[in-house]
Amino acid sequence: MPRATLLDPQGQAVEHALQALGFERVSGVRVGRALTLQLERADAGRAQADARAMCERLLANPVTEDFTLTVRAAP
Amino acid sequence: MIRVAVVRFPGSNCDQDALRAAQGAGTDAYYVWHRDTTLQGADAVILPGGFAYGDYLRAGAIARFSPVMAAVWDHAEQGGPVLGICNGFQVLCEAGLLPGALMRNAGLAFVSRPVRVRVEATDTPFTSAYPPGAIFEAPVAHGEGRYVAPADDLRVLEEEGRIVFRYLDNPNGSVRDIAGVTNAARNVVGLMPHPERVADPVLASADGALVFRSLVQSVAFSRGGER
Repeated sequence: MPRATLLDPQGQAVEHALQALGFERVSGVRVGRALTLQLERADAGRAQADARAMCERLLANPVTEDFTLTVRAAP
Repeated sequence: MIRVAVVRFPGSNCDQDALRAAQGAGTDAYYVWHRDTTLQGADAVILPGGFAYGDYLRAGAIARFSPVMAAVWDHAEQGGPVLGICNGFQVLCEAGLLPGALMRNAGLAFVSRPVRVRVEATDTPFTSAYPPGAIFEAPVAHGEGRYVAPADDLRVLEEEGRIVFRYLDNPNGSVRDIAGVTNAARNVVGLMPHPERVADPVLASADGALVFRSLVQSVAFSRGGER
């Protein structure tokens, strides 16, 4: 997700489009990205640590983006 | 003769222009492929414009893991000149060789037009031939050229005179009109405008040729200093 302090022109454009559709009182639209992946690890802690390292080193740019991480056991 | 390596990534598209501009300044310029692990004895490296790896994930994010980038990193660490133009600038920021990042243009649209830039720092290997404060026109062609950096980095860039180029007519919403920056050691320079597209009198202008002539002068000067 683009950092809160940074201009997000995509979010603004989407916000205007939502308002044009008649959805009132919409604000704060931000456009980010979601990545999903499968990870084989012995336990959730290990998976969490590796997924965090992936975000920090490649998947998110620390200068421009914040990220949140969710680890779920495969069904 | 000065040897200049022009790095080609899958998706580079300004590589020929960069090669010709470097050759036009009197260098022995040649291509290296992104899979190469050596720069073949280069005195300087140019990362050209384009869309390396289709800009997947983020512009420059995948290219920085190319095998050749380890050699570029070593070259930069040893003080060797490195120039990143447009996508090359994005790669240098992603690689951590330059501070900051380049985000989607403020106006969202891809901007492709000439812009005027002012040379704010002439103590780099790519600007030494410009008179201080020189203004020239060069095209930009990018969708993600809005320069951003944390406030602390911006303060240091200003204090150390590391903002190398500034837009006179900011086309993308870059913070403080920044068009190009350099690293602390001042040997790595990145910019969004394309000096290689205005580097020959047969084109609209040859104002950009001074970027490549600066390089020739500074490499010759540093060689002289070693003797």
